[in-house]
Amino acid sequence: MDNSFNIVGKAVIRQDALEKVTGRAKFADDINEPGQLYGVMVRVPTVHATIDEIDYSELLRVKPDSIIVDSTDIKGSKKIGAIRQDQPIFSFDKIVTPGDVIAMLVGESEDELKSLSKKVKIKFTELPALTDPTRSLEPNAPKIHPQYESNLIVHYPLRKGDVEKGFKESDFIHEETYTTQLVEHAYIEPETVLAIPLEGNKGIKIIGSIQNPFTARKVVASVLNWPLTKVRIVQAELGGSFGGKDDTMNILSARAAVAALKIGKPIKIHYSREESILESYKRHPYILKYKVGCMKNGKIIAMKIDILADGGAYSSMSPFVTWRSVVQATGPYDIENVWTDVRAVYTNNPYTGAMRGFGSPQPIFAQESIMDEIAIKLNLTPDEFRRINGFKAGSFTASGQKLENHDVNLLDVLDTAIKETNFTSKWKEYKSKTSFNGYQLDKISDTNAEQLILKKKDYINPNKLLWKGIGLSISYRGCSLGAEGIDAAEAYLSVQNDGSAYLLSGLAENGQGMRTTHSIIAAEVLGISPDKIYYLETDTGLIPDSGPTVASRSTLMGGGAVKAASDILRNRFEDFLRLEWKLKSQSEFIFKDGFVSVNGNPQQKISFSDLCSLAYKNGICLAAIGWYKSPEVNWDEHTGQGSAYFTYVYGCQVAEVTVNIGTGQVYIDKITAVHNPGKVINLLGAEGQVYGGVTQGAGYGLWEQVTTDGGKIRELNFDQYLIPTAKDLKEIKPVFVEGKDVYGAWGGKSLGEPTLELTSAAIANAIRNATGKRFYNLPINLEELLLRRKLFPKDLKRGSS
Amino acid sequence: MIINFKINGKETLINLTKNKRLIDLLRDDLKLTGTKEGCSIGECGACTVIVNGKAVNSCLVLAQQVDECDVITVEGLAEGNKLSELQQNFLKYGAIQCGFCTPGMLMSAYALFLENPTPSREEIETAIEGNLCRCTGYKPIIQAITSTVSGE
Ligand code: FES
Ligand code: FES
Repeated sequence: MDNSFNIVGKAVIRQDALEKVTGRAKFADDINEPGQLYGVMVRVPTVHATIDEIDYSELLRVKPDSIIVDSTDIKGSKKIGAIRQDQPIFSFDKIVTPGDVIAMLVGESEDELKSLSKKVKIKFTELPALTDPTRSLEPNAPKIHPQYESNLIVHYPLRKGDVEKGFKESDFIHEETYTTQLVEHAYIEPETVLAIPLEGNKGIKIIGSIQNPFTARKVVASVLNWPLTKVRIVQAELGGSFGGKDDTMNILSARAAVAALKIGKPIKIHYSREESILESYKRHPYILKYKVGCMKNGKIIAMKIDILADGGAYSSMSPFVTWRSVVQATGPYDIENVWTDVRAVYTNNPYTGAMRGFGSPQPIFAQESIMDEIAIKLNLTPDEFRRINGFKAGSFTASGQKLENHDVNLLDVLDTAIKETNFTSKWKEYKSKTSFNGYQLDKISDTNAEQLILKKKDYINPNKLLWKGIGLSISYRGCSLGAEGIDAAEAYLSVQNDGSAYLLSGLAENGQGMRTTHSIIAAEVLGISPDKIYYLETDTGLIPDSGPTVASRSTLMGGGAVKAASDILRNRFEDFLRLEWKLKSQSEFIFKDGFVSVNGNPQQKISFSDLCSLAYKNGICLAAIGWYKSPEVNWDEHTGQGSAYFTYVYGCQVAEVTVNIGTGQVYIDKITAVHNPGKVINLLGAEGQVYGGVTQGAGYGLWEQVTTDGGKIRELNFDQYLIPTAKDLKEIKPVFVEGKDVYGAWGGKSLGEPTLELTSAAIANAIRNATGKRFYNLPINLEELLLRRKLFPKDLKRGSS
Repeated sequence: MIINFKINGKETLINLTKNKRLIDLLRDDLKLTGTKEGCSIGECGACTVIVNGKAVNSCLVLAQQVDECDVITVEGLAEGNKLSELQQNFLKYGAIQCGFCTPGMLMSAYALFLENPTPSREEIETAIEGNLCRCTGYKPIIQAITSTVSGE
């Protein structure tokens, strides 16, 4: 541990823990307004159709005073979207996916509204459903959004060197195809929003489980056709997000706002789990084709990658998600010749957008699986092969960026993981034991069902059912938004004359512990305890737009801004003390444990609270605004070359598993997660990110999948959508290898997403080590392991009835 | 129908409307919003409360079933402003991130202690297996409960 810090790097208890442990924390659905009404959605049971007529006559006959809100009530933008405005607040021309909403009924009783919603008669003409993304770009494929030329949402090419020449010069070529599945964020709190019209001309206030208050504000203002200032978004305590409470929440906010203004009353919308899974966006399924040219000595000299991402019915964040994929698709390997194409396409499937990882878990699963296959071919251990090709200081990325100005400690991270787990000897031992040839269940198909009867050769000795395996994966990850967008954040720090302080940054607390991290940074600079800092409520009316809380940027960017604000105040205090105590201009101070003293003269000191009151009496301004802007980055859209991100973090995870080859079950014995987050600010928070991220990553690797039947989702609740429970991962070990960095606050960078992106690949490699078999399709569930395919019920019927 | 029950130690008389779930009685009528709803089908455990010493999913229980019962919710865990040891350990070991699962987790752990003051790690895992948490990866939660047993 670094002794020069008082608080940074130690385990600090979350500031909001007390409310949360007593049930007093107010999540969106815990907040109610007198006289509030509820909004209930009207949907159509179809996947793809044109809307011919929306007929409310029967509804109005049953209940003449029904309050109906639909697209005709929208004065501003009827469709929204970050890049392409293709997603309607209320559908009016087409249905493109089953989550689409035609109208909202408003009233006092949700139950009554739900039954009334069936009285809305919608005439529609069914269109052929497009559910296979590989067909999206065929000339005769149904067009999801006819206003665009094709179903292509975005195409990113990346061209470096001469890939064909590289393949020609290679000693051998290795080609494989991988697929990943659609998954749900599964935050435990479903979506809720409350829109409150303010008196007079003051506009509207919206409180909700909103991940990105500034994006929500922009959407609501454009839908209402109002100036931004009249829309105030207040974030309630957020019950998990993981990238998931963005677009969906913006749209729900807009629906609630339109309704609230139409009838002049507060409107609450809160989703059931089924509605949440039905309508919210998910993580992109990818199809990934890799071709790798390698030399006998283990050096990779060429890589060709073709990735197809299913964007589903709306473009949402697809252009950003897939951009990260094109930057990072080779993995952390210095390769001279690279040719990558990443495409995202429309289908009628549930739409896909931001989810923790953001375009990295998919390529990492493919690329790290392939790295192991090539290592095995070359008779190298997985770590030896990665050492040959892995990034070092001064290496060049696929986009031609030289890695410099930060600690490029990928190989340190790898070595730490290898030592920590005794990787190499375990890997060799488990590998040598692997051989079960008679085991051919995956050759059985429905058409030769007689083969389902196991033969003698299929018999497995019950004592030999359990096979152990170990596997690793490594990654690099660009921090923050990169060339995706403008990257800056603000923080406001206001010290009171008793030495306590208000703090607020323009980024949002999504449950990750950002408020505590930011408070630690300010407390460290001012030498006070973090509990002296009161973190204000996130409110778009109080702080400038600091961009979205995504891309693991809250510590790096927000932390940088908090540090800047704190430094401004500290300098002001120091200048004041020099005058007050008649010190030389070069004299220095120590801010520690609530006291400020002169460096070298500990007798001359003052308590921080006395200092504040003295400064206040002398008319010193005790508030400051800090701003942190990222260094320049650049990108050439045509060649995919440029400095994509201003800094990177590195990680390595090792999975140790036991596979039951009789049942197909994979037990996770231990995941060792070694990460370089730059500087750890709050150890408790950092470890928490690892535990949580690894667990989500394991769910992605082994169990989680949203499937559709003709475009309709099968898994609408946690009885069918299986996320990890307390029993599913035996042990998780976080290890931090800190880097010496200059960015943000003392080099504190990113951690939240790296923890998730590596896990499924490490598990897949461990299963390979245990069984001798490579699995190409996530999740590697029982059926995949035994049969190499997924089994689904024939229809959407649930239960035994 | 009128029911009479104890909520966090307080005798309460309530006139119920028909078919009300326990969770709605707690959240809407009694304004005890610490109890959360995450799935409504008994899968996530966010709504866990204690009825006569047993952990139940309040989304699956009809309010009238708690007539003459002793109900404890997360609001009843602390004594005044003094947190219970279990709550303190949740703080200390980082068992809370977003905190949405926390009330249910606490109640499942509390019910376990009522039944078995010295549970093993495996018994702890089984007791909270029905409580889903998407943020913490469970390890800090298990640690917090284990430490409460050992009195660390
Ligand atoms: S809400 Fe009751 S178990 Fe999920
Ligand atoms: S802390 Fe977020 S679900 Fe458990």
